[in-house]
Amino acid sequence: MAERIIVDPVSRIEGHLRIEADIQGGKIAKAYSSGTAVRGIELIVRDRDPRDVWAYVQRICGVCTSSHALASIRTVEDALDIKVPQNANLIRNIMNEALFLHDHVVHFYHLHAFDWVDVVDALKADPKETSKIAQSISDWPNSSPGYFTEVQNRVKKVVESGQLGIFANGYWGHPEYKLPPEVNLLAVAHYLEALDWQKEIVKIQTIFGGKNPHPHYVVGGMATPLDINSDNGIHAERLMHVSQLIDQGREFVKKVYIPDLLAIGSYYKGWTYGGGLNNYLVYGDFPTGDIRDAKTFRVPRGVILNGNLKEIRDVDLKDPKQVQEFIDHSYYTYDGQDKGGKHPFEGETTFNYTGPKPPYKQLNVNEKYSWIKAPRWKEQPMETGPLARIMVGYASGRPEYVNLVNDTLKKLNVPMGALHSALGRTVARGLETLLISDWMRNDMDQLLKNVKNGDQNTFDRSKWEPETWPKNAKGAGWMEAPRGSLAHWIEIENQKVKNYQAVVPTTWNASPLDHKGNNGAYEASLQNTPVADPNKPLEILRIVHSFDPCLACAVHLTDLENQESTQIKIG
Amino acid sequence: MLETKQKTIYEEALSRGISRRDFLKMCTALAATMGLSFKNSDKVVHAMETNKRVPVIWLEFQSCSGCSESFIRSTHPKAESVLLDMISLEYSEVLSAAAGHQVEEAKHNTFKQYPGEYVLVVEGSIPGDEFTTVSGKPARAVLEEAAKNCKFVITYGSCASWGGLPAAKPNPTGAVPVTDVVKDKPVVLVPGCPPIAEVMTGVIAHVITFGAVPELDRFGRPKAFYRHRIHDKCNRRAYFDSGLFAESFDDVGAKQGYCLYKLGCAGPTTYSACPEMRWNGGTSYPIQSGNPCIGCTEKNFWDNGPFFARRAKIMGTQTTINPDKVGLAVAGAAVAGVAAHAGITAAMKKKEKNGSEERGE
Repeated sequence: MAERIIVDPVSRIEGHLRIEADIQGGKIAKAYSSGTAVRGIELIVRDRDPRDVWAYVQRICGVCTSSHALASIRTVEDALDIKVPQNANLIRNIMNEALFLHDHVVHFYHLHAFDWVDVVDALKADPKETSKIAQSISDWPNSSPGYFTEVQNRVKKVVESGQLGIFANGYWGHPEYKLPPEVNLLAVAHYLEALDWQKEIVKIQTIFGGKNPHPHYVVGGMATPLDINSDNGIHAERLMHVSQLIDQGREFVKKVYIPDLLAIGSYYKGWTYGGGLNNYLVYGDFPTGDIRDAKTFRVPRGVILNGNLKEIRDVDLKDPKQVQEFIDHSYYTYDGQDKGGKHPFEGETTFNYTGPKPPYKQLNVNEKYSWIKAPRWKEQPMETGPLARIMVGYASGRPEYVNLVNDTLKKLNVPMGALHSALGRTVARGLETLLISDWMRNDMDQLLKNVKNGDQNTFDRSKWEPETWPKNAKGAGWMEAPRGSLAHWIEIENQKVKNYQAVVPTTWNASPLDHKGNNGAYEASLQNTPVADPNKPLEILRIVHSFDPCLACAVHLTDLENQESTQIKIG
Repeated sequence: MLETKQKTIYEEALSRGISRRDFLKMCTALAATMGLSFKNSDKVVHAMETNKRVPVIWLEFQSCSGCSESFIRSTHPKAESVLLDMISLEYSEVLSAAAGHQVEEAKHNTFKQYPGEYVLVVEGSIPGDEFTTVSGKPARAVLEEAAKNCKFVITYGSCASWGGLPAAKPNPTGAVPVTDVVKDKPVVLVPGCPPIAEVMTGVIAHVITFGAVPELDRFGRPKAFYRHRIHDKCNRRAYFDSGLFAESFDDVGAKQGYCLYKLGCAGPTTYSACPEMRWNGGTSYPIQSGNPCIGCTEKNFWDNGPFFARRAKIMGTQTTINPDKVGLAVAGAAVAGVAAHAGITAAMKKKEKNGSEERGE
């Protein structure tokens, strides 16, 4: 008889996620992923000015803060056929690259590390030994025995106070923690250092977009006043500030994040669970030219099925047969029916909660059990995110991907197949951060070159006024967000939003069962994983966190197409 | 008002009838369970007699976690210092190491251990029961349970403070702000989408440093951070007063720093510390970076759009310029405003002059 264990809330993520898992013979037989909160943002943007939508949908997520804003302005620009100046594209790239560095580092240290690192065990460490280890893997300067002693005392003070705060009730002492105390101390020290560092890298978004989280964007380009001879413009001082932040960011990634990742990874490489679907989806991004020209993407586009790296399939977001969202196990109806799939251009989302009346103990997973829909590519479940990007980049034969992956596999002494795992996902996230940190430098150098050559344009005003728009227009826009491929779809009518849909990375990854009974990526990756102590399911957290869940993203939506009573009119 | 001094764990133990001898035993046992050697137990005793970080429970409902993210961006105090020295964050879906029933247990331990002492932080709005559950319980019930014995509530962000984005038309989930649910506790509103990091930690620092909640305005916002409109201290204000406006993004005016009012800026009607404190350690704020303010600290700002159309109505007494009539003869209220302003300036100059004379300069 299976034992059902429930993790709710799953902490160290964005949003409200519940995992239910059936344990049989010490292993997970079946797992179910449920999003337990919904807001209805797609409905809220209807009938509003398309130029405003980025601000509303940006609030889908405050962790990957700029992602939805960028997807949205690209969507509107696609619908209205706007091409943005090269400087605007560069600034948008740099802002997104800064987000990746921030988000991936914060994920590793603040959201994921405690699945591998035992904080309390770090108190037993000999700081001199930690110092030796630190100096053997990196020339990062904060590595003296005195430095690690101070960190240890800091943590000791918290533990001894009896008020453990964020460390309270962790799974400390769990047999699945494998690091020696000295490496635990190293990781704890960098947890605190990364907390300090992360507030710096986001200043790139602040300089160009005014604030972070939730910087500002503009349909048609960027409002950033690039003018090296104006005291109110983005001039040499501001540009050098960005440049310096980029270099500091790259240094932290190269000297702290990556060495820590490989050091910790080497202790856990025998833990090969958490692979899952082996289907990978990537829309592609970081263009050196126009976003609609996939040839200029540094993250290439493509789909890989069943882990077959020899074949890459193309993706078309406007093909009604490719991306579809199914609702057979989600709290929605389509045309009054409780099942089926729709392409986002035809998308309909009507709330229909049929789960147990809260408060409840257990979900009925045979029926509907999540606020997350089940997106599928040609009716197949997909994983999206860092591992998917590394797989598609590698399979595409891009030298920078191939060399980096091969070098890393060699360092860890594992085969390519080892990447299909929770740890592989975590390593892939680090590797792409390295690539992206280099692209950020390149994009900034290009921006400086353009300015030097006299090009300070950031905005195309030709289609700004609604009078210049067609009566009807449809568009799709996409971007690579830290957690995976993100796309929005819009229909504009009479200068207002008629319909808006977003299909989000965590909607793919955290999706429930679909019409064919196929699991989403989280569910598939949890299957067959041994759980040492069902009361402390560290293994579940480890696997789910390896995806970096963002639940507010996954469940953002609705659009009540056919419900007269909820139609809104503005103006 | 709050008590300045909080009970230490030792005082708490005494008040519950535990003897000093039993207290010392407890400390030794605690040191042992934490894997510390016996000689460290005196440090535990010392810590429990003297140190006490303010216990905080941070609940999230219909949120995007942008407020949590903003909080950890704080420069002074640094997030690390807030977490390790100032507060004891007993429950946070973003930062807590524990998950599931262990993190729920940590929360319930806080209810029991610190009744009337812990601060309740709320991020996100509260919808109808089926639209948000945590640990199988509806958001409203989770909030009511946590608010019952808290000292006071801080609502971080516009969603918890005003209803925010989920409550924007047509409010599909019936989202409401915290004050619709919690009626019998002081609630400090810290609106913004998100609020500035140092405003967030500033409210906590105020409570810890001065032992009281900061002075609030009639809406419940701390006056220290929400007293002035962005317009009052805007770096582009002089151009507004001179009638110099950017007409389009990236035009000559925008690059020169002219006023963004005609591009939809809501600065004239938005109460926020943006121009004074700026964002991310004083780096910039939207208007400085060329973007019109969307008014994100204001109630119902999501339904006051469209954002890029000129919309803020400015009373004549609050300005010296009528943007509609730049270059033309100014008339009506604007003239009265100019006259009043000129009168006050003249009076102040006179006063300064008199003062100088009195000091014999």
